[in-house]
Amino acid sequence: MYRIVKKESLNPTVTLMEVEAPLIAKKAEPGQFIILRVDSNGERIPLTIADFNRATGTVTIIYQIVGATTQALDHLKEGENIQDFAGPLGRPTETEDFKKVAVVGGGVGCAIAYPVAKKLYEQGCEVHSITGFRNKELVILEEEFKKVSNKLVLMTDDGSYGTKGLVTDALKTLIESGEKYDAVITIGPLIMMKFVCALTKEYQIKTLASMNPIMIDGTGMCGGCRLSVGGKTKFACVDGPDFDGHEIDFDEALTRSSIYKPFERRAHEEVCHLYEMEVK
Amino acid sequence: MANMSLTKNEMPAQEPQVRNQNFLEVALGYSKEQAIDEANRCLNCKHKPCISGCPVRIDIPAFIQETARGNFDTAYEIISRSSSLPAVCGRVCPQESQCEQKCVRGIKGEPVAIGRLERFVADYQNTYGNTKLTKPASNGHKIAVIGSGPSGLACAGDLAKKGYSVTIFEALHLAGGVLVYGIPEFRLPKAIVQKEINALKELGVEIATNVIIGKTLSIEELQNEYGFEAVFVGSGAGLPNFMNIPGENLKGVYSANEFLTRVNLMKAYTPDSTTPIQKGKKVMVVGGGNVAMDAARCAKRLGAEVTIVYRRTENELPARHEEVEHAKEEGIQFKLLTSPIEIKGDSNGWVTGLCCQEMTLSQPDDSGRRKPVPLENSAFEMEADCVIMSIGTSPNPLIKDTTKGLSIRNWGGIIVDEATGLTSLTGVYAGGDAVTGAATVILAMGAGKTAAEAIDSYLKGEGAS
Ligand SMILES: Cc1cc2nc3c(=O)[nH]c(=O)nc-3n(C[C@H](O)[C@H](O)[C@H](O)COP(=O)(O)OP(=O)(O)OC[C@H]3O[C@@H](n4cnc5c(N)ncnc54)[C@H](O)[C@@H]3O)c2cc1C
Ligand SMILES: Cc1cc2nc3c(=O)[nH]c(=O)nc-3n(C[C@H](O)[C@H](O)[C@H](O)COP(=O)(O)OP(=O)(O)OC[C@H]3O[C@@H](n4cnc5c(N)ncnc54)[C@H](O)[C@@H]3O)c2cc1C
Ligand code: SF4
Ligand code: SF4
Ligand code: FES
Ligand SMILES: [Mg+2]
Repeated sequence: MYRIVKKESLNPTVTLMEVEAPLIAKKAEPGQFIILRVDSNGERIPLTIADFNRATGTVTIIYQIVGATTQALDHLKEGENIQDFAGPLGRPTETEDFKKVAVVGGGVGCAIAYPVAKKLYEQGCEVHSITGFRNKELVILEEEFKKVSNKLVLMTDDGSYGTKGLVTDALKTLIESGEKYDAVITIGPLIMMKFVCALTKEYQIKTLASMNPIMIDGTGMCGGCRLSVGGKTKFACVDGPDFDGHEIDFDEALTRSSIYKPFERRAHEEVCHLYEMEVK
Repeated sequence: MANMSLTKNEMPAQEPQVRNQNFLEVALGYSKEQAIDEANRCLNCKHKPCISGCPVRIDIPAFIQETARGNFDTAYEIISRSSSLPAVCGRVCPQESQCEQKCVRGIKGEPVAIGRLERFVADYQNTYGNTKLTKPASNGHKIAVIGSGPSGLACAGDLAKKGYSVTIFEALHLAGGVLVYGIPEFRLPKAIVQKEINALKELGVEIATNVIIGKTLSIEELQNEYGFEAVFVGSGAGLPNFMNIPGENLKGVYSANEFLTRVNLMKAYTPDSTTPIQKGKKVMVVGGGNVAMDAARCAKRLGAEVTIVYRRTENELPARHEEVEHAKEEGIQFKLLTSPIEIKGDSNGWVTGLCCQEMTLSQPDDSGRRKPVPLENSAFEMEADCVIMSIGTSPNPLIKDTTKGLSIRNWGGIIVDEATGLTSLTGVYAGGDAVTGAATVILAMGAGKTAAEAIDSYLKGEGAS
């Protein structure tokens, strides 16, 4: 059992949790993830390690409530326990050789992008962060990003905060204004990453995209997380989650992410129903 | 006087048309009377040929004689000297190609039902036995076991009995390896595996789940920072192979590992489980081993019409004979001498069909093996909404990639000294599927026992170098 030492709501649908997991905290690197099970009937879901503290032995996760399991997770309180919590899984994000990088995060993907930006910044790399949200209410980690970015461009779809527009608009503007990036690192919804990669391909800028296919074991045992990258099949949990964005078959990844849609909708409704009854 | 019946006592089983709709155990086990009657078929042969067919050399005639006399406790004790998982092996061992193949009663008629008797004795003990396990006095030595499949469980058990403090590190949230994530409930009830694991805990074995060696901790750390004096690697062969044909990433294509993990480990067949599974209507399972049979029979139980697609003939099916028979009784179709060339899908990315070609077997080559070769212009398509690839697995590279100096074969198997299980690293032993590639429960268990013996000698200084 893994104790939740801190829980904080970042916006109406995104929550941060700090969880006691000393072995994972000791090893974790930006870009890696954990797999958890909320309770003994629970499914296994992957969440990125948003931060870690080797001294206190805690790992931070930031999740968006999108369905049954994230909802059940969000039902746990500070001081309560998560049944299973395994990691760190996947390969750390490649940050070594870059001198100047644009980090492009979308929505809850910013939680995944943040530790990468932080590490790059701490290594002395010039970091330009572009974070995008649907509206002002959903903005997360603004202060955190400010601290680890030489430049931060915050975008909202509806212009209710920051600049109105998409992250691709901001990236294009920066590139066009003459910024020369060694790499672009993008993390967010698949569709956003697809367009970021299409854009950077035009300018031939090396791009890493952090992929999030459906996983179970996270150890290379099931192959359920497979993706096509450069025409080859890769298992995202062990070969990734970062891949060369110009080689990824995003359309395939998009359709694969919807395999269980009807099941997930039903499961979500059931969980909501269950919690409503509890409230009564 | 021996029972001279030419046939085995039938094993009571659930009716095929009933069981193919539930996940309860198929074979129900002998009654006391049936067991004694079957045990009386054994001739207690002086030269004991059956023993030579058992990879762990259970004293078969001895335990069967005790069974015939109704001394089930003694029978259990005899089996326990050689096997730590009799309730498991009695159910899943390929007896027909091991102990029972060597039985003299098999020359004229059917061999003695050694596996079924072993199962009976183990189940009897599980139900009525009252041998309380006591934690032996500690000898102060710490051993780490990686993986909680049959090899790891056997190694841990034998070492714990000798007084070692053993910790098993398991990547998944539940211990048991393939016994819990692969082999389905209807063939091996999970309660039996749990019982074995609880017994280990009573012996003082610690089980650390959710620890992935190579990620959470490394072998080097186990040895140098945590003070484990020896390490046994029983990490299995869990990496699924694919055919690399077009369409394999369509929605509805599973590896058998994924399909079985969702069904067995995550219990996706129960209404309480929050793990999703696709319940196909027309499922094609590609492959002919035990894993393919298990996947097919699970898919059937989830309500599908199921076909096994295999490129050789029925004679070459690598699955246990009994499992093939059970699958057929349950209504699973076999499409033999057939090999997939492409999986077809619709515009939404869902599987719609499996394109195959017909095969024929070549003349035997030098090794006597007949290779499947495609027949020209024989391509055809079968409708399907789910395809399960069950064409083998290899050892997972995680441990190899993170352990300096560990020698590995080019296909990924860990290289060991066969007599001891010692790897290229001092104090590091390995066994089971991680060494041999996908094999059997009994071989994995045997390898775990061999290594336990070797680790004991090593730490007592006899084998230390
Ligand atoms: C490597 C990786 C890192 C991730 N990091 C984060 C993160 O830091 N924060 C965050 O909010 N989300 C993250 N995700 C996504 C997160 O795993 C899913 O949102 C979560 O599993 C949804 O579960 P649910 O039951 O609440 O929703 P559901 O309604 O079951 O699913 C909603 C959608 O989430 C995806 N999903 C469902 N099950 C899984 C699964 N087992 N594995 C992966 N995706 C699944 C599917 O696309 C699905 O349509 C990450 C995914 C991966 C693969
Ligand atoms: C579906 C199926 C049906 C089968 N049917 C039969 C049958 O009828 N009869 C028979 O004799 N055999 C059968 N087998 C084969 C048999 O189950 C295996 O040969 C046997 O389980 C191998 O045992 P093992 O201990 O080597 O490894 P496994 O049982 O594979 O266990 C390995 C364990 O190690 C864990 N692990 C892996 N890597 C790490 C790591 N880095 N850190 C921590 N833990 C790790 C895994 O999660 C797993 O729990 C079947 C196999 C399958 C898949
Ligand atoms: S362990 Fe397997 S091979 Fe040995 S006697 Fe039992 S069933 Fe036969
Ligand atoms: S070979 Fe058959 S009959 Fe002879 S001892 Fe073994 S089990 Fe009994
Ligand atoms: S999640 Fe199973 S192989 Fe990646
Ligand atoms: Mg879910």
